[in-house]
Amino acid sequence: MNKVVSGADEAIRDVKDGMTLMLGGFGLCGLPENCIAALVKKGTKELTCISNNAGVDDFGIGLMLKQRQVKKMISSYVGENAEFERQLLSGELEVELIPQGTLATRCMAAGYGMPAIFTPAGIGTEVAIGKEIRNFNGKDYLMEMAFDADFAIVKAWKGDTMGNLVYKATARNFNSVMAMAGKITVAEVEELVEPGELDPDHIHTPGIYVHRIFQGANYEKRIEQRTTKKRV
Amino acid sequence: MLDKEGIAKRIAKEIKDGYYVNLGIGIPTLVANYIPAHIDVVLQSENGLLGMGPFPFDGEEDADVINAGKQTITMLPGSAIFDSAMSFGMIRAKKVNLTILGAMEVSENGDIANWKIPGKMVKGMGGAMDLVASAENIIVAMQHVNKAGESKLLPQCTLPLTGINCVKKIVTELAVLDVLPGGGFKLLERAPGISVEEIENATAGKLIIEGDIPEMDI
Repeated sequence: MNKVVSGADEAIRDVKDGMTLMLGGFGLCGLPENCIAALVKKGTKELTCISNNAGVDDFGIGLMLKQRQVKKMISSYVGENAEFERQLLSGELEVELIPQGTLATRCMAAGYGMPAIFTPAGIGTEVAIGKEIRNFNGKDYLMEMAFDADFAIVKAWKGDTMGNLVYKATARNFNSVMAMAGKITVAEVEELVEPGELDPDHIHTPGIYVHRIFQGANYEKRIEQRTTKKRV
Repeated sequence: MLDKEGIAKRIAKEIKDGYYVNLGIGIPTLVANYIPAHIDVVLQSENGLLGMGPFPFDGEEDADVINAGKQTITMLPGSAIFDSAMSFGMIRAKKVNLTILGAMEVSENGDIANWKIPGKMVKGMGGAMDLVASAENIIVAMQHVNKAGESKLLPQCTLPLTGINCVKKIVTELAVLDVLPGGGFKLLERAPGISVEEIENATAGKLIIEGDIPEMDI
């Protein structure tokens, strides 16, 4: 059960034009930086990207947007990216905005083998247009479908060669739910260890969900909003 | 009239001992600064943290420890980390006792609009639609009127909705109001130095005034 590949290039070697990718992270936290760099280098186009955010102009998915590799973004919040805005307003980029919990739970449903979920988020809003509504115990819920992604590309803190993953702090965010949801899941980790070095009780993503793993390099881990207080 | 800090200070009085609280971006974030020390509260950040603490000291910020506003923060002793699906699971399952968020408009039946202005770049709803659809106790922190001087407390929202029939209480620079289950803004308190008439003039939706309206105690 050795899932180790040589690096990001090998891990994403068969990502093809027109595919649907899940990309882990929240803002710039917990991004699969090495795989994004490899995708930019590979130049794969017409991609549909499922990711909570769209990076900033020069980091994260912003790097793929700049190369015009993305046809469609499925996200909950796409704030901080001027090139994104330009492509959206010019019609080059399609964007589907969905509630953050709906996004996460549609990933979860895929990983749990459930075709759909019911959520109250979006009832009475434009998010509900065209969707099936069911009433349970007097309250309306929207039916939202599980995602169907060719690849899930995630970043973890530690992983072993069998693909078991552990995330650090709030860098877990969408990574662990997306890791469960790809037809092929690629995990890049800061530290790759041997089986037995991770405590089975502390595994966040069991290796069965992970197809390819490698130890990434040169993590920049950029901070979007550096907020601190002075020591007094 | 209250400033933003004043609004945050007044809302902090609504937080009860033992509450799990989700604070939105903007004025709601400031509320954390005014929670009395004797009140035991756990702050939820919907990117996947219970136990959010203050900003770190200079030089101690960690890119892997951020809040839903993407700010570097700290984790208090007893914190718990979870993924985004569980985060909204606990919100949907009503484990979070109080949600405080900002708004562009609130209607007299508790509808809220806070994510989209037609004709402007739309950034997205983030977690706001999930929060307002599930939370049982929602307080809106906002200015009473917009920059054009128009009331944000309306008979009906004019902007695209975030959620319906969900807002329970509103705190503005002028007043504290309940949104009644049958519709209408019930005036509870006036900001210091503000008259009932000034609040009436700033409220376009149905305003319900019963008896003497006390001044806020903050």
